[in-house]
Amino acid sequence: MMEKVFSRPRSLRDIPTHYCPGCGHGIVHRLIAEVVDELGIREKVIGVAPVGCAVVAYDYWDFDCSEAAHGRALAVATAIKRVRPQNIVFTYQGDGDLAAIGTGETIHAANRGENLTVIFINNAIYGMTGGQMAPTTLLGQKTVTTQKGRDAKCQGYPLNVSEMLAPLSGVKYVQRCSLSSAQEVLKTKKAIVQAFRNQIDNIGFSLVEILSPCPTYWSMSPRQSLDWIRDVMAKEFPLGRLK
Amino acid sequence: MKRLMSGNEAMAEGAIQAGCTFYAGYPITPQNEIPAYMSVRMPEIGREFIQAESELAAINMVYGAAAAGARAMTSSSSPGFSLKQEGISYIAGAELPAVLINVMRGGPGLGNIAPAQSDYFQAVKGGGHGDYHCIVLAPSVAQEAYETMGLAFDLADIYRNPVIVLADGMLGQVMEPVQLKSQIPNPKSKVNKPWTLTGCAGREPNIVKSFFLKEGELEKANIILQKKYRLIQQKEQRWEGSFLDDAKIILVAYGTMARIAKAALHSLRADGKKVGLIRPITLWPFPQKVFAHTASAKKKFLAIEMSYGQMVEDVRLAVNGKSVVEFLGRSGGGIPTEKDIINKIKKL
Repeated sequence: MMEKVFSRPRSLRDIPTHYCPGCGHGIVHRLIAEVVDELGIREKVIGVAPVGCAVVAYDYWDFDCSEAAHGRALAVATAIKRVRPQNIVFTYQGDGDLAAIGTGETIHAANRGENLTVIFINNAIYGMTGGQMAPTTLLGQKTVTTQKGRDAKCQGYPLNVSEMLAPLSGVKYVQRCSLSSAQEVLKTKKAIVQAFRNQIDNIGFSLVEILSPCPTYWSMSPRQSLDWIRDVMAKEFPLGRLK
Repeated sequence: MKRLMSGNEAMAEGAIQAGCTFYAGYPITPQNEIPAYMSVRMPEIGREFIQAESELAAINMVYGAAAAGARAMTSSSSPGFSLKQEGISYIAGAELPAVLINVMRGGPGLGNIAPAQSDYFQAVKGGGHGDYHCIVLAPSVAQEAYETMGLAFDLADIYRNPVIVLADGMLGQVMEPVQLKSQIPNPKSKVNKPWTLTGCAGREPNIVKSFFLKEGELEKANIILQKKYRLIQQKEQRWEGSFLDDAKIILVAYGTMARIAKAALHSLRADGKKVGLIRPITLWPFPQKVFAHTASAKKKFLAIEMSYGQMVEDVRLAVNGKSVVEFLGRSGGGIPTEKDIINKIKKL
């Protein structure tokens, strides 16, 4: 009799995703599903999906979810958690959602110290709309709307959201991770566990930023994308615990 | 128990009586008494109050609270209510019940803080993107403003639809004695909400959304909405009619304007003039039934608004060419007076 040691998490539906080859979203969706299973919270968890590439994340997870208008995930999640404090509520947001159109909601939910878990996918680009500049696009990075590369004189600098949020008194946990290798993926999972544990223990606002590959709009192979995260992106967005 | 209170406070207390369990709002004049009142009363009875960082956050908090099963409400005034339009469209698209108060002030732009009725189009025709309707209730005095909140929350729950209470700065600020109910009822909804986000214990996961990407899905979702809107139009038209049987000239006005029109009506009647009044209580659905009944070549209608002519278009549609429809309106701080109405009638 062979023992089954690895399988699809209960919280992840058995259907193919719409993501491009080499995209990071599928990996993080799976990590969240594994963590939800391992913490035994599938029947208590409520996810809030963003607008962006992960807009239909709720099609892949097998637990209660809400859509939110672009940028408003943390306003929606704030209210769900206030109405149902016994549930575990998390948002899943990209860099456009969390750090451009939703900056106000992000800062104020963090500053109110809402007891929420935030999974922040930073891939330095707008994927869903076709590769435009994100607030986290690196200087010199070519995108559809910065075709000669991001120029600080015109487009300003990459926004380091985690560094901005960490000093706020309402924020209890901020960790930046990456998907650049299997080792880093495991570290990312540990951070996600911590961010959910904090909510279960009523510790408060917890955010995990994940540097995630977008081979399609970086015009790289999946392998090159992982190297680029390690060698270039992580220089602008250093990995590790910020709070 | 009677208490002297502003129309804004009456609506806030009415919402509490109606079982509002969640309120989020952002300050703007002339509706500031609502969040102030809610900030005291809601925590007192174990309910949620949030002063949001913006109108955008407030309306999306209402979306989240409604998705989680709360009887949720926000309030604002014209410029702030414009900011909520995207969120209202999402609430309509996801079929969530929510109550939204707009205490209208003068516009366009920042306008001023004087009473107006110039957001009628925005409230009844859509305001946000997509084919949707909000149910729109228009109370006229503080007592009615208090009582209308129960109806607003019930209609929202029954139809899973946003309900706008369309008030104006005059109604919001006026101080009047209001007869209050003695007990606060249990905040439970009268309808079951099996679609709410509670965690998926013992059932399939629930998804609250308005996004339908696959071919044909969005059209199907729209057809379901349109069926619901037709049902609401059949069942929920409300109005108050005065002297319609013998009236030759019928005034049409809602909210504060109806109150002034009533004063003119009584003066004109005392003078032997055969004048009547239709006061729409629901602005959407517009009470077309009463117009279909009363319109004829022998009668004239006079629509009176604190705007430059918005509701009058619905009056013309409802009358459908059977009677002449005249208009009297001022806005931007000006309000048609009893004397203005009497003078206009004399010229008709």
